[in-house]
Amino acid sequence: MVDKVLTANRLTDGVSVWLNAAGEWATSLQEALVARHAEAFAALEEIGRKAYADNKVVDVNLIEVQETDGILWPLRLRERIRAQGPTMAYAPGYAPADPEFIAV
Amino acid sequence: MYRYDEFDHAFVSERVAQFRDQVERRLAGELSEDAFKPLRLMNGVYLQLHAYMLRIAIPYGTLNSKQMRMLAHVARTYDRGYGHFTTRQNLQFNWPKLSDMPDVLAELATVEMHAIQTSGNCIRNVTADHFAGAAADEVADPRPYAEILRQWSSVHPEFSFLPRKFKIAVTGAERDRAAIQVHDIGLHLKKNDKGELGFAVYVGGGQGRTPMIAKLIRDFLPEEDLLSYTTAIMRVYNLHGRRDNKYKARIKILVHETGVEELARQVEVEFAKLRDTELRLPEKDVQAIAAYFAPPALGERPEGWENLARWKKADEDFARWVKQNVQPHKNPDYGMVTISLKPIGGIPGDATDAQMDAVAEIAEEYAFDEIRVSHEQNLILPHVALADLEPVYRALVAAGLATANAGLITDIIACPGLDYCALANARSIPVAQEISARFGAPERQAEIGELKIKISGCINACGHHHVGHIGLLGVEKKGAELYQITLGGSGDEQTSIGEIIGRGFEPEKVTDAIEKIVDTYLGLRLDPQETFLTAYRRVGPQPFKDALYGGNAAEAA
Ligand code: HEM
Ligand code: SF4
Repeated sequence: MVDKVLTANRLTDGVSVWLNAAGEWATSLQEALVARHAEAFAALEEIGRKAYADNKVVDVNLIEVQETDGILWPLRLRERIRAQGPTMAYAPGYAPADPEFIAV
Repeated sequence: MYRYDEFDHAFVSERVAQFRDQVERRLAGELSEDAFKPLRLMNGVYLQLHAYMLRIAIPYGTLNSKQMRMLAHVARTYDRGYGHFTTRQNLQFNWPKLSDMPDVLAELATVEMHAIQTSGNCIRNVTADHFAGAAADEVADPRPYAEILRQWSSVHPEFSFLPRKFKIAVTGAERDRAAIQVHDIGLHLKKNDKGELGFAVYVGGGQGRTPMIAKLIRDFLPEEDLLSYTTAIMRVYNLHGRRDNKYKARIKILVHETGVEELARQVEVEFAKLRDTELRLPEKDVQAIAAYFAPPALGERPEGWENLARWKKADEDFARWVKQNVQPHKNPDYGMVTISLKPIGGIPGDATDAQMDAVAEIAEEYAFDEIRVSHEQNLILPHVALADLEPVYRALVAAGLATANAGLITDIIACPGLDYCALANARSIPVAQEISARFGAPERQAEIGELKIKISGCINACGHHHVGHIGLLGVEKKGAELYQITLGGSGDEQTSIGEIIGRGFEPEKVTDAIEKIVDTYLGLRLDPQETFLTAYRRVGPQPFKDALYGGNAAEAA
C-alpha cells in the first residue's frame, strides 16, 4: 500500500502545509505525519474535513508519498513542486526547488 | 488615457470596502470557503499551488507611470519583489496573503486600478492592440471603444452570470496584433468607402481544449451600433449558451453547434429590437471618451534621424535593438519601443519591482508617461522620439530590459504552468528558459527571423500554444511531463490553429526537437525573407515529421 500524507493550503496566506504528528499544519512536507494503512487514511481525511470546516485550511488533499532514507517524496510531480516551490530561480532571496527532489 | 470620474471612484472604493469586510469575515471563520470562493474570484483572487494569486486588470493594456510604480510597490511590499505580465494584458502577483488583499486593492484604487472581472463567468478585461494610438498602419485608435465596452460591461447585471467567461478584443489596424480571431468577440475597427468608422465583427473564437477561429458575422457595423449589436450577441449567448457542460459553455461551441448563419440571424433579430434604444452611441459620447485617448503633443524632433544613424554605426548592440524592438510610429520622428520581458534564459513576462520602477521612470522622462502591456507579455513605450532612443536604450540596459528579441525565437510566451498553477499538467517556464538559452545568440536569432513559440502547461491554453508558429502543450503521461508540439498556428489577421506534429517529447528532449524543426526550416526556406510560418504553409508538416521521427510514420501518427 502506498503511504499518504495530508496536505492543504493555509487559509490566511495560502501557503502549502502538511499535517504533522502533533496535529498542527507544518510548512515542511518532511514534518508530515505518514499514514500507512486504510484506517490511518480515513483518520487523516476526517481531520482534513474538520480543518476545512473550521476554516483553518483550504484545498485539502491526501497525497501519495514514498519514504526513502527518511525523506518523504510525493509520487506526483505536482506535489513535489508544491512541497518545494517553483523549480527555477524566480526571485532574489528565495531558493528554487532542489532539482534532485523534483526529478522523477 | 481614461481617468475615473466620481462614479468610478465611488464604485471601486465601495468594492474594496465590501471585499475587506468579506475577507475579515472569512478570516474570522464566519464565511465558509464555499461561500467565499465566488466572492474572492470576483475580486481577482485565485488559489494556486503555493499561495494565493491576485490578477489585476490593466484595461486594454494601457497604464501610466504612477500605476506602474504602484505595481512595483505592491510587488515589493506584499509579494516577493516581482509580478507576471500575462497574455491578457493583465498582471498577476503570485504570493500575496489573503489577509493583505484588501490593503493591496485599496492601494491600487488610489491609482485607478482594480481586479474586478478578472475572473468568473463575466465579460473580462477587454484587450486591444498594444500599439493602439501610435501605430503607423492604424485606421483609428481602438481604445475608446474598448473603454466604452469596459464601462458597459462592468458589473452589467444581465451579463454577470454568463454560461462561461467572455473575452473581447479590439484592433484598429489591418495587421491584427490583438489576436481578435481567437476571442469570443473580435472587433476590427475600420473605415467604409464613405470614410465612416465601424467594425468587422467576429464571434466564437477561442483557444482552450477546443480551439476555434472566430467567424465573421458582420462586415461593417456602424460605430453607433457597437453596444446594441454587442448586447444582441450577449443575449443570444446568454440564452442559448450551454450551461449543462462547462467544457461546452463558451460561445465558440454555440456558434459551432448552431451554425454561423443561424446565429447571425438570431443576433440580427435581437439587434433589430435594440438598435434604436439608449444603447445607440451618441457621437458626442464617443468624442468625449476619445478625448481621453488623444495622442500626446508630439513636437517635431527631426534631429533624431541623423542621430540615430550615427548611434547605430557606433554601437552594434544598439543597432540590433533598434532594428528588432522599435517599430514605425504615425509620426516619422517617433518610434514605438518594445521592452522585452524575455531576457535570454529568463522567465517570460516577469518583471521585478526595480524594473517596473525603471520603466515608470523612463516612460515619464521620454515617453509621455504612457506604457502598454502586450499580449505577448512584453511592455511597450508607444511614443518615443527617435532622438531619445539612445538614452532610453541606455536606461533599459541598466535595468536589464534591453533584450533585442521582439518577435524572434526567444520572444516566447509561456503560461505559469506547473511551477505555480493548480490546473497544470506540466511546467512551461523552464521549457521556455531552455529554448531561450539554446537559441540566445543574437546572430542565430537574426538568421532564424520571425518565429513565435508559445507554451501552455495544460489544455486550457493560457499560453496561446494553438496559435504559436511552434506551439508546445504540456501533458502528463504516466506521472511525467510530456510536450506535444503543434506547428503552423498563428494569431494574426490570418489566424490558424497549429497542427499536432506527432508524439510528444520528454522535457529533456523537447529543446532538441525544436532545434530540429528550426534546422529543417532553415534548410528548406526559399530565401531568408521566407519566414517560418510562410515556409510551413508552403510545405506542410511532412518535412518536419520526417526530421523529428525519421521514416517511422506509425510513431509519428
Ligand atoms: C491561476 C491561474 C490560471 C487559471 C486557474 C486559469 C484558468 C483558465 C481556464 C480554466 C481556461 C480555459 C477556459 C475555457 O476554455 O473555457 C483558461 C484560458 C485562458 N487563460 Fe487562463 N488561467 C490561469 C492563468 C492564466 C494566465 C497567467 C494567463 C496569461 C498568461 C491566462 C490567459 C488565458 C488565456 C489567453 C486563455 C485562453 C483563451 C480562451 O479563453 O479561449 N490565464 N484559463
Ligand atoms: S494553460 Fe493550464 S497550466 Fe497554464 S496557466 Fe492556464 S490553466 Fe494553468
